Amino acid sequence: MTETSPAPVSNIAALPLDQLDAPPLTLGRLAWLRFRRHKMALAGMALLGLLILYCVGGGFVFSEKYANYNDTSLALQPPSAAHWFGTDTIGRDILARTIYGGQISLLIGLTAVILEVSAGIVVGALAGYFGGWVDNLLMRFTEAILIIPQIFLLLVMAKFFAGDIPDINFLGREFSGSVIVIVVIIGLTSWPYLARIVRAEFLSLKESEFILAARATGTSTPEIIFLHILPNCIAPIVVSATLGVANAITLEAYISFLGLGVRPPTATWGNMLEGAYNYIESAYWMWLFPGLLILFIVLAINFVGDGLRDALDPRSRAV
Amino acid sequence: MTNLLLEVRDLKTRFHTPEGTVYAVNGISFNLPQGSALAVVGESGCGKSVTMMSILRLIPIPPGQIVSGEALYVGQDLLKLSENEMEANIRGKAIAMIFQDPMTSLNPVLTIGRQLTEPLRIHLGLDHNQAQRRAIQLLEMVGISGGANRLESYPHQFSGGMRQRVMIAMALAANPSLLIADEPTTALDVTIQAQIIELVERLRREIGLTIIWITHDLGVVAGMAERVIVMYAGYIVEEADVDALYEMPCHPYTQALLAALPRADRRRDRRLKSIPGAPPNLLVEPKGCPFAPRCEHVRERCRLENPTLTTVSSSAALRGLSGDHRVACWVDLATGAMR
Amino acid sequence: MTPLDSQPLVQVKNLTKHFPVLRGLVLQRQVGLVRAVDGISFDIQRGETLGLVGESGCGKTTAGRTLLGLYPPTSGEVLIDGQDMRHTRGPELMALRRKAQIIFQDPYASLNPRWTVNSIIAEPLRVHRLLPTEKERVERVKELLRLVGLSPTHLNRFPHEFSGGQRQRIGVARALASNPLFIVCDEPISALDVSIQAQVVNLLEELQDQFELTYLFIAHDLSMVRHICDRVAVMYLGLIVELAERNELYENPLHPYTAALLSAVPIPDPKQERARQRILLKGEIPSPLNPPSGCRFHPRCPLAKAHCAETTPAWREISPGHWVACHEVA
Repeated sequence: MTETSPAPVSNIAALPLDQLDAPPLTLGRLAWLRFRRHKMALAGMALLGLLILYCVGGGFVFSEKYANYNDTSLALQPPSAAHWFGTDTIGRDILARTIYGGQISLLIGLTAVILEVSAGIVVGALAGYFGGWVDNLLMRFTEAILIIPQIFLLLVMAKFFAGDIPDINFLGREFSGSVIVIVVIIGLTSWPYLARIVRAEFLSLKESEFILAARATGTSTPEIIFLHILPNCIAPIVVSATLGVANAITLEAYISFLGLGVRPPTATWGNMLEGAYNYIESAYWMWLFPGLLILFIVLAINFVGDGLRDALDPRSRAV
Repeated sequence: MTNLLLEVRDLKTRFHTPEGTVYAVNGISFNLPQGSALAVVGESGCGKSVTMMSILRLIPIPPGQIVSGEALYVGQDLLKLSENEMEANIRGKAIAMIFQDPMTSLNPVLTIGRQLTEPLRIHLGLDHNQAQRRAIQLLEMVGISGGANRLESYPHQFSGGMRQRVMIAMALAANPSLLIADEPTTALDVTIQAQIIELVERLRREIGLTIIWITHDLGVVAGMAERVIVMYAGYIVEEADVDALYEMPCHPYTQALLAALPRADRRRDRRLKSIPGAPPNLLVEPKGCPFAPRCEHVRERCRLENPTLTTVSSSAALRGLSGDHRVACWVDLATGAMR
Repeated sequence: MTPLDSQPLVQVKNLTKHFPVLRGLVLQRQVGLVRAVDGISFDIQRGETLGLVGESGCGKTTAGRTLLGLYPPTSGEVLIDGQDMRHTRGPELMALRRKAQIIFQDPYASLNPRWTVNSIIAEPLRVHRLLPTEKERVERVKELLRLVGLSPTHLNRFPHEFSGGQRQRIGVARALASNPLFIVCDEPISALDVSIQAQVVNLLEELQDQFELTYLFIAHDLSMVRHICDRVAVMYLGLIVELAERNELYENPLHPYTAALLSAVPIPDPKQERARQRILLKGEIPSPLNPPSGCRFHPRCPLAKAHCAETTPAWREISPGHWVACHEVA
């Protein structure tokens, strides 16, 4: 169609141009200015940083072989200079195992959340934007999943899928195939909450005036969904994804603790706790260290999530 | 001289926010005679609401801080009273306030009757039947008939205008002598606005209520006020009787505001006069006249020194219109000379 | 140019927009019908500003949005430059959308808070592929910013960095980007301070002169409508009750609702205000879910007679260009 637009020459020459005095303030900077006002969120972020450093950096100090190396003659040693966190029932170094276990726990948390977020966004966006029978269908399905307790669903699925899954090689490391199972089932059972949040955001945003302006211009539906609405849902998505990581780590610990999760020798904080179950009184170090790490990471992530909730609110104009 | 109901002296209110100190109210003084109707006019952020909230001590402290000033209500300084005394004798008793959005001031899950009678029973010690009768009487006073049935209704069953009437009824419950109305008609349609103005006007006549009406609408002011205060950036820039102000506006801001208003009763004769720029950033400690950056009569001195509010002998005053006409401007706009 | 030029730019014929009220979770059933717009007709000439006024809930905003195809009309016809959006597809529909734009009331809600000013104003250019290269688009955006009185250096700023009036001007720049013929101004100034309103109104007028724009100006501020509009239509409960040239309407209102509305408008002149006789209407606007029979204004009308409750008044031209729907007007 396009006739090229004749460039109109302004004859409103007398109009003075408004100049902003304040230096440019990008959305990222604005979010940071608000985030740093939350002392607890800052502390949470620092703690989270330390924990990630511990899990990642520790990998350079101890090899995975060392973490899985067992020497039953060294079994159940309390913390000492040689084994700072002590050793477990078959003489593995708990410090090294919390490092590698932490890597797996974080990996499970992150990948499960990627799955959760993708599914949640697709379902929520479709339901919220199109409404009508699409919404009806998707939301009834979402509710159907929501009414089944997540733990129950997790356990059933863990049991069901716990067949022979071959070990996999990822980033040059061997993982027990059960890691994949755990990631998938946590991801598949967590998305309904997010889907409902995304749907609610879409419902309110699709009626907002800037969307109407885009529709009046003729912007296509995919562009409206992905360029206009989705970036404005980023705040609740990021917040719920952050908290989702903590949730996934806890769930993994839970399933692993019940013996349905990640199979040894691959360590996770959860299955380390399982191993400690029979030694709660006799060998405190076996549960104390992985337990504390789970506590710290969940706490840190929750504080960060709280800070992000305020920092990312697109409608708040206050610094 | 009539009795002064309220006398405010050099009121200064600030807010200490993470971005810096907001200089919201910068030395406001005014007198309010008993039975009068004062309008406080200004744009958003000019400090008109904060002034009234400070007088009633309704601003959150912190971040707010009343830096200095007195608010003498019949000789008693409200800013020195204890919180208990404010609660027991002033707020909602001697001085009542109504706001722009009546829905946020009404509890949506309680009936109108419950919300109207509760303060009557608690504060005035009326029993159930007395409170019920008084509530019906109050509703009739604000033009809501069908009393007893209405008491059973919930706020959402009332329209915006009706809810504002209910708010006024609640404000009148304890027989206040002063009613502060903060943009009470801004959210309402013009025909409903006219009804509310008419109602307040009638209450002033019939029960001698003193009114402070906060608004941004110079049209509404012309219809209901006796005296007008024009605020800009936390300062009073002009204060006069309503006729004098409209006939002979002395501050460039007031003049510009009036020239920026189209009129429904006149044929269009020109483009509207627009005021360049935007209201100032209140985060900066004020220096010079706050209106100077937007003023078309600005002089060197305006940028350096803030003019104080001084009485002018306007032609309106000479023609026998009562009351001081005070303006805060270095330039005498009639002659172009410096004051 | 084309013979179409003698036609009105916008022709609205018997436009209705009803919103069904649904109940039920899975099996939804209709329990009511909000008659937001219930059969309105008017033309807008090229270069003209038509005012559409009325109180909240009268359907003026719905009318404006239905006009632009933002809501599918229930029935009736809207022709913009001779074409109906419902009967055009693909490139033709895009060409039609390019010709008609909208400016909104709330300068905070009408700009995407996550986009830079550049992306916001360039959106119509991008969507309609008006300028092939990014560089040309940026140049055009800069020019548009200058046009609305904003510094072109602010290209990469975000909406939150601007004041209400400035944001409204960004919205105007976006509406202008595709060189439209027709702009629906949906309460463009009612969220702004008085000193800023005049800036935006004057800008709209200057742009109209320069680009021969046609406006539908939706507002509840009757003073501003008299100032900016050539002709004014008054809406009540989904219907237009009176339509006339502005001075004719304000000086000689025929419909009792128009008269009451005008008498309630505050005038910034204390002497006038004291001298005025207000027509205070009884009650408030009834629900459009269940509008009154006959003339919809009859329950509040000071002139109402028995037949007003029974028959709907006809839409009549009382004098050239002055239309009214009332039984009691001679």
